[in-house]
Amino acid sequence: MSSETTTKIPEAATVPPPGAATPKRRVPQGHQRLLTRRDRLTLGLMAGLPTILHIALVWVTALASIALAFTTWDGIGFDSIQWVGLQNFKELFEQNPQFWPAVQHNVIWFAVLIVIPTPLGLFLAVQLDKKIRFSRVYQTAFFLPVVMSMAVIGFVWQLIYNPDTGLINSLIGANEPGKYIDWIGDPDLNLWAILIAASWRHAGYMMILYLAGLKGVDPSLREASALDGASEWQTFKNVIFPTLRPTNTVVLVVTIIEALRAFDLVYVFNGGAEGTELLSILVTSNIIGESSRIGYGSAIAVVLLLISLVVIVPYLVATFRKERRA
Amino acid sequence: MSTLALKKPKTPIRPARILLHLFLAGAALAWLAPLLWAVYAAMRPYAETSEKGYVSWPDTLNFDNFTNAYQQSDMTHYFVNTLVIAVPAVLLTLFLSSMVAFYVSRFDFRLNLALLLVFTAGNLLPQQVIITPLYRLYLLIDLPGITMSGKLYDSALGLVLIHVAFQSGFCAFVLSNYMRTLPHELTEAALVDGASVWRMYWQIVLPLCRPAMAALATLLSIWIYNDFFWALVLISTGENMPITSALNNLTGTYFTDPNLVAAGALLTAIPTLIVYFVLQRQFVSGLTLGANKG
Repeated sequence: MSSETTTKIPEAATVPPPGAATPKRRVPQGHQRLLTRRDRLTLGLMAGLPTILHIALVWVTALASIALAFTTWDGIGFDSIQWVGLQNFKELFEQNPQFWPAVQHNVIWFAVLIVIPTPLGLFLAVQLDKKIRFSRVYQTAFFLPVVMSMAVIGFVWQLIYNPDTGLINSLIGANEPGKYIDWIGDPDLNLWAILIAASWRHAGYMMILYLAGLKGVDPSLREASALDGASEWQTFKNVIFPTLRPTNTVVLVVTIIEALRAFDLVYVFNGGAEGTELLSILVTSNIIGESSRIGYGSAIAVVLLLISLVVIVPYLVATFRKERRA
Repeated sequence: MSTLALKKPKTPIRPARILLHLFLAGAALAWLAPLLWAVYAAMRPYAETSEKGYVSWPDTLNFDNFTNAYQQSDMTHYFVNTLVIAVPAVLLTLFLSSMVAFYVSRFDFRLNLALLLVFTAGNLLPQQVIITPLYRLYLLIDLPGITMSGKLYDSALGLVLIHVAFQSGFCAFVLSNYMRTLPHELTEAALVDGASVWRMYWQIVLPLCRPAMAALATLLSIWIYNDFFWALVLISTGENMPITSALNNLTGTYFTDPNLVAAGALLTAIPTLIVYFVLQRQFVSGLTLGANKG
């Protein structure tokens, strides 16, 4: 989707943001001058109501997470909220045996997704872009996991990894007591087992993004390259891939965010037990677990927030700078 | 180009093509293998697999596990729960985000970009960043008589609200880009003719956005249907859960054997698969509407 030029007249923008009351001030230029007072009220409501809902449930709670991270609170009454400064973070960084493994696993999660399924998705997209027969059938096969919920994917892969009834152990004869390979329970194995399932889904997702990107490549580039006698690989490396830059940016952002959001698959798989800890799991276990430590849970959420912002902010700045120029 | 095309037959039988097809067919089959395995396991009785092992030729293949899983777990009930959440959530998200998009893309106000930025960034946050205060907030909001629990917590309404708030970020971004491609003359002419802002939105802009709305509706339906996390944290009564998170509960309490779990999991995936197969084009274009941009 390209953004068509809209005539942005900054001087004409005197109408306040949504949520605020409609003004009496006159708009000097642009088509706004034709707006009646009622129109402005309508506009204010149209933009204001959704904004209030979004800000209240998403941004106010994100800010509340930051505030609560510096407190202890049992959640019962507001009086029990106590300011503790950096104590939650200190405890988190120094005493929680699950914290650093969780950070590490989130990083591994991203690294695996970007190194294995992402190039695989690109490779499949390039093959499927060759205008071959049955392309739709192949596409559907690779894409099917993306349509299913992560929780269902977790159940499906458990049928493969189960120590005594699973496919792998049954095939290699490790499904008898004494010979078990415990794919789900062994802390050295379970993260990798889950990452295979996650990659299975991710490759299809990336394939679709790249297919869309490839459709946008100007065909004359390919023809010119073919006329120059470039090989298929040379064409891809020197002509096609560089034009996929916007898609690559999206792929990178999507992959990082998926790695930070990873939760469902691990939760149904083994509940985030030893070997598969993730930041998202630690936050959640503070809510649905036995001990609800709100300040402490919020401190973990703040770590997650900070890591996400490192990705979100540059991405949005780049995207919206382009938007403003348009 | 046309001369080149004429010289070559339309579908040249080249070894490279055959190799490509062999590769893709093999890869596609391997890709589907986990699902096919689940189907195979679900179609065999537990007694048989526990005696012969899972990797064995079948004596009986039937759909008993599917019917048992469906009946034992009262799945109709959970499918209805999901419908009660997903239908209003999808419609409300589209309605609210299209209004924001209309505002941002059709009127040149100073804070347009900032507003769009707030929505887009909100959608990119991991859900766990906001869950703790949200959970507390939901417990604080009393809604006696409106929801079964008397609170926003543990209610379908609560789930609808967070889905709408969260997903409208993505939809506002996509729809505003889409609306920006509509010629400005359309709404300007209407404005000169004295049409109200609401009329411009409802009768001119919205009908033109139908393709984008259809794509987003498909995508949102699948996303909201598949939601596991919000329901897991914000719903406490098993009875109130939507199907995806209910399945997690059911596997512990009702389902005693892996074959039944496989059948139950596959059953919950069926609606999304149907939506996907019927609306494939919309689904894919919805995914790439947001992604091609940037």
